[in-house]
Amino acid sequence: MKRVYPVEDYCMGCGLCEVACATEHSKSKDIVKAYKEEAVTPRNFVERKEYLSYSINCRHCEEPSCIEACITGAVDFDEDGRVLIDQARCVACWSCIMACPFGVIKRDTVNNVSTKCDQCVERETPACVQACPNRALIYEER
Amino acid sequence: MLYKSFVDSFSDYIIDRNEDKCILCRICERQCSYEAHGFDKKNSVMTKQDHKCICCRRCEAMCPTGAISIRENPSQFKRNSNWTASHRKNIYKQAETGGILLVGMGNPTGKQPTYFDRMLLDASQVTNPSIDPLREPMELRTYLGRKPDRLEFEEKDGRVSLKTKLTPQLKLEYPIMFSAMSYGAINYNVHVGMARASQKMGIYYNTGEGGLHKSLYPYGANTIVQVASGRFGVNAEYLNVAGGIEIKIGQGAKPGIGGHLPGEKVNEEVSRTRMIPAGTDALSPAPHHDIYSIEDLRQLIYALKEATDYKNPVSVKIAAVHNSAAIASGIVRAGADILTLDGYRGGTGAAPLVTRNNVGIPIELALASVDQRLRDEGIRNHVSIVVGGGIRSSADVVKAIALGADAVYIGTATLVSVGCTLCRMCFTGKCPWGIATNDQSLSKRINPDIAEEKLSNLIRGWGLEIKEIIGGMGLNALESMRGSRHRLRGVGLSESELDILGIAPAGK
Ligand code: SF4
Ligand code: SF4
Ligand code: SF4
Repeated sequence: MKRVYPVEDYCMGCGLCEVACATEHSKSKDIVKAYKEEAVTPRNFVERKEYLSYSINCRHCEEPSCIEACITGAVDFDEDGRVLIDQARCVACWSCIMACPFGVIKRDTVNNVSTKCDQCVERETPACVQACPNRALIYEER
Repeated sequence: MLYKSFVDSFSDYIIDRNEDKCILCRICERQCSYEAHGFDKKNSVMTKQDHKCICCRRCEAMCPTGAISIRENPSQFKRNSNWTASHRKNIYKQAETGGILLVGMGNPTGKQPTYFDRMLLDASQVTNPSIDPLREPMELRTYLGRKPDRLEFEEKDGRVSLKTKLTPQLKLEYPIMFSAMSYGAINYNVHVGMARASQKMGIYYNTGEGGLHKSLYPYGANTIVQVASGRFGVNAEYLNVAGGIEIKIGQGAKPGIGGHLPGEKVNEEVSRTRMIPAGTDALSPAPHHDIYSIEDLRQLIYALKEATDYKNPVSVKIAAVHNSAAIASGIVRAGADILTLDGYRGGTGAAPLVTRNNVGIPIELALASVDQRLRDEGIRNHVSIVVGGGIRSSADVVKAIALGADAVYIGTATLVSVGCTLCRMCFTGKCPWGIATNDQSLSKRINPDIAEEKLSNLIRGWGLEIKEIIGGMGLNALESMRGSRHRLRGVGLSESELDILGIAPAGK
């Protein structure tokens, strides 16, 4: 299965991947509105320490702890093996957040549900990968 | 003004942020290595300090919403065309520091004419019809090195073969090379990009005086290694792994003075490659301490040829200065295979402002006079001429070749292709575009894969344009246009300038 992989050597920690993610997951698909009106939570994280940085998102594990932990069955695989959260069934118990070993599930405080990378299901290339100006995110099968 | 000097209080640029568009992502703040942007957490608003901005436009390029415009500060000193604002500011700065004013990149003043812009090219009409490069083969291949005075052949069993022994040549698929920019002045990632692009495009890049990182030895066949007065990183392996060697005597941006790499840029890898202690200033002396005459130069040329078993052509690079023609003649007689001329508009990582803006001569005039002198003396074929310091486009390449060059070096254009915006602050080591810096968080901004692509694209693009132009002249090989000054015409030039350039005025 294809996943988004960070390239630490060339990630400059700018955060454009986060902006792209938030915009892609907004209703308006407009950067300014996504932030100013909708307050969309980006689903990826840029980790930074001194000169090191990389962007991390859901690993779409083969044996996901979040699926096991979810008390309502809101987290599940889709037919391509992606791990997705059905937010309509999320009751905000945050069990998945606590279970995830990578810490890549976030609280969407506006809608009070868990949120994480869905690999931009409708796009050919995930938004973060396309947005990275330095090819520090690669979407491929490994 | 508070806690600032007078001169720092006169901001050159204004950071204009459109608050309606700003989403507080703080990308501008992270990208600006001059700390001109900030974030006020309490009031949730971006802040700025205009006086810190050096107009590299990195933030403008990276802002996802296009909220930033960097503008020149319209508030100016009282107009005075003799005492320009920069004259006044320079004096304020020096009155404060008592030091030499350092600058990066080439002379931006534009006070002396750019002769390339005053020369126009010819095209065929009716007779000698033009050639369409899309339909017919075109040849840009160029060989650099000494050419024999005459060719002798021998015939054996009905087969003809060359009897004359040819001296080593550099084979270029395009008449363009990436000029000497040392590892240290620009970082490893840019060097990787240049090395790979050179290999891919069949051209050469020049290491500059900072040695060659061991990991780039596999690209040696497309590398010209430099031997400069500091002898940084020079050893037998370095010389032998390369395709060509260049003795650097002078640089167009700062004739008469040596290189200066500040200690802050000398990290572990740079130190290992240059073979000097980390953190120390890498100062190359103004002269080569073993060269005080043409005879001394000859000794070094032949020492290098010996060291490489006569398989590498040796180039000698000088800055274009007043008597370049006579010096060039001496260099050719000393045994150089390639003569590199660097004009005064050439770039640099760091040079004293006073030298950069006032010393040397334009490359067009130096090239024309050197080419003519070598022809007059009947030794033009003993050397190939490569020119750098002012080549901005494929048109400049064609004009230089028509004036007599065999190939060109591009330095500034190389860096611009990977993002440089000519902010001219290379000497600070804080290059926001990740080029002239070894800072680990900044040099990551150059991904060698992307650099390789951009550099190759530039060469390919210029190659296509050169073919269009020479095709338009009815030629199918660049070789046929080399030194064809009759294909150039001057506009707005004086008699003596036309005479030195060896061209006729337009209309004649
Ligand atoms: S956009 Fe690319 S360079 Fe910027 S933080 Fe994300 S991964 Fe890193
Ligand atoms: S990069 Fe643009 S949108 Fe982001 S904080 Fe700066 S000005 Fe605002
Ligand atoms: S120095 Fe460059 S990055 Fe910083 S504010 Fe000025 S233009 Fe933007």
